[in-house]
Amino acid sequence: MPFQAWAVNHALDTDTHTVQLALSTEPPNLNSLTSTDSVSFFVLLHTQEGLLSYGDNDTLVGGVAESWQMDGTQVSFTLRDNARWSDGKPVTAQDFLFAWRTALDRATASNYAFILYPIKNAEKVHRGELPPTALGVYADDDRHLRIELEQPTAYFLSLTTFATYYPLREDFYRKQQGRYAADADKLLYNGAFILSQWTHGASLVMEKNPQYWNAANTKLNSIRIPHITNDANTLFNLFQSSEIAFTELSRETLPQALQQRLYIQSFLNGMLNYMEFNFREESPLRNHALREAISLVIDRQSLVNKVIAAPGTRPTAHFFPAWLPGLAPTANAIPAPDIGRAITALHTAEKELGMQVPPLTLLIYDTPSAVRQAEYLQRVLQQTLGIQLIIDKQIFKQKLAKLNSGDFDLALSAWGPDYNDPMTFADLLVSSNANNHGRYRNEKYDNLVMQAATLPPGAARTDTFAAMQTIIQQDIAVLPLTEPGIIYVQNRQLQNVKRSRFGGDPDFRHAYIDGQHVP
Amino acid sequence: MLNYTLKRMATGLITIWFIASATFLAMHMVPGDPLADDKAVPPEIRAALLEYYGLDQPLSVQYLRFFNNMLHGDFGLSFTQKNRAVNDIIRAHFPVSAMLGCVALLFAAGGAMVWGAFAARFHRRWPDYLVMAIVVASISVPGFVFAALAQIAVLHINQRFGTQFPLAGWGTLQQMLLPALVLGLGTMAYMTRLMRSSMLDVQQAQYIRTARAKGLSPARIFWVHKLRNAVLPVLSTLGPAIAAITTGGFVVETVFAIPGLGRYFVQAVQQLDYTVIMGTTVFYGSFLVLMVLVVDLLYALVDPRIRLQDDR
Repeated sequence: MPFQAWAVNHALDTDTHTVQLALSTEPPNLNSLTSTDSVSFFVLLHTQEGLLSYGDNDTLVGGVAESWQMDGTQVSFTLRDNARWSDGKPVTAQDFLFAWRTALDRATASNYAFILYPIKNAEKVHRGELPPTALGVYADDDRHLRIELEQPTAYFLSLTTFATYYPLREDFYRKQQGRYAADADKLLYNGAFILSQWTHGASLVMEKNPQYWNAANTKLNSIRIPHITNDANTLFNLFQSSEIAFTELSRETLPQALQQRLYIQSFLNGMLNYMEFNFREESPLRNHALREAISLVIDRQSLVNKVIAAPGTRPTAHFFPAWLPGLAPTANAIPAPDIGRAITALHTAEKELGMQVPPLTLLIYDTPSAVRQAEYLQRVLQQTLGIQLIIDKQIFKQKLAKLNSGDFDLALSAWGPDYNDPMTFADLLVSSNANNHGRYRNEKYDNLVMQAATLPPGAARTDTFAAMQTIIQQDIAVLPLTEPGIIYVQNRQLQNVKRSRFGGDPDFRHAYIDGQHVP
Repeated sequence: MLNYTLKRMATGLITIWFIASATFLAMHMVPGDPLADDKAVPPEIRAALLEYYGLDQPLSVQYLRFFNNMLHGDFGLSFTQKNRAVNDIIRAHFPVSAMLGCVALLFAAGGAMVWGAFAARFHRRWPDYLVMAIVVASISVPGFVFAALAQIAVLHINQRFGTQFPLAGWGTLQQMLLPALVLGLGTMAYMTRLMRSSMLDVQQAQYIRTARAKGLSPARIFWVHKLRNAVLPVLSTLGPAIAAITTGGFVVETVFAIPGLGRYFVQAVQQLDYTVIMGTTVFYGSFLVLMVLVVDLLYALVDPRIRLQDDR
């Protein structure tokens, strides 16, 4: 049904440069030291700023820092003299030092404390083996910050964009007495916007921060979030009635959007969906031939086109998504299933195991999409290999508990990047990593990751990642399946909204409203 | 009366203690790890988190701590909204649920009396069958279907007529009507049935015949003799209904983006947010106990035959 021409458009206001959006949930935690979720990161991206920030094409640009230098283990930053907090006081090197020491304090209980570990002594400080003053961070004066790293870390600069690295002002933080970031007035801002209103569970308003050093380039005056819900139909209805200017689509709302010829866009959000195998002692999946047989019957093309059936999602056989910098270009050829070889592999597996393959448990989240994928896998394994697959659907915390305790044979998992470097994926399969739920262990792989961590960008590092990819493929350590795409609709008058794979997303810091553009 | 009230309050406290203890035990027996997140953390960070939330202590110590804090009216900080107190969550979001629930209940109770009496008046004729058909549909169709349909209807009305009825959100009376209507529908249907059968019972009663024989006006018979007697069984379901309607709004709150406590309650269970689960359960439990007591007292006022005293 077409819009009435005289319907009032709340979504965008060309006079006041206001855009209206909805959030899927209330931001759970806006304390940058301890926040872990995408909604909080979205708000923080707009209201706070680290030393560096991501510009176009994920290049690093200056945030609070105007210039920086990295030489081996020595990193130095010069801060802008016009970088200010929302109360007008300058952002100083001391504010970074305080934030990082606080994040590493055990009492803060920060999930992401480990992201500071490349800094010299950070891990020991966090473990309480060294005092906070031993941390390799030096505020030489208000505008000069010097950092000593544990070892050369090529991707350290990229880490400084992460929320845990944001500055925090000691006097303000202490004044809140443990309730920092609990409300809009319990936060201090140094980003493009300030959070001017926050009614918990109901609405938020972000307004342009006049103190921000780059305020001249902030085109929006305010970002209003009048609705908080994760109901896909409600979100789409709100978009249709021009109450919000942007929303993601679900499998249910996509057909309606197509029918109405809305401007639909898609975006690869950088994540990888893959299958984990359990390598623990008692698991039949320790057997390489069995993993091979399973990997040979899965048809990723059908999985994407017929089962997931959401535009934008791509099949992949690579553990490292192609968008990552510093990878050798590869043709992401999707192997076609090979039933003949799979059956041979299955016979080998049964001989080596000395028994028929027992029924296997596939652990998944209880979401419609995961269930469809699991049912597809169940059918394929049954029809081609005669393997019985038991689907174990669990909700959030229950699935995680089963993953962590190894109570599965196969599991569908997902991983999203924290920073712009292949290490954010490579780390995952290191034998000591807690996210390596199947306890995959290959010392050669572990050594390669340790090497890559210290290598400078260049051919040697690129080769190391290629070698890791080869090992993952040979060992069938995990089975990469898809790179999920996000599909969304956006008001046509809203321009320059950036989608980003890490930190906060979507990025409205440089968005503007084009009043000339007729919707 | 006072004696009775005090006695009921004492048993109420025991009930609340039982609810709290049972929930505490059940919550800890549910499989799952409240601190687990999409991204697992190194062991030393996990240890720090366990310590922060006091989960490194044995269950008995955690129970005593919880109980001690509860007696001081403190349910602690939420696990998922890391710097918000559970008390603040209840304080901010219960009034929203309560407001929505009251409007819904007003609508449900009012509607039920009208439709129930109406159906009874036309017993076994087509208006009766029509009302009963709507009642059965309202009870059997789940709330989220009505919620979604209502919202789409408003969207289409807005697009067709250029009106600006709100689709979702909270704050104005306009925004309140649709969700309250949807939320109250199930309760109204249930109460209508109750009202109808109660009305039918009363119609057969001897005292109605007596009243008619005395020559009372039909209006007086209806208002004073029929309605007042027929409404009693409906009234007795009001207490649990208030508790159910002010707590069971999860679906409606999600569809209409309403910041009510129902959403937090359900999310807390899904996320194993221990402190919020305990806080909301104890709060709702107390609320239910209180409502049942209030209704029982109210009952005595409506029907003087009921003496709230111990039978000796």
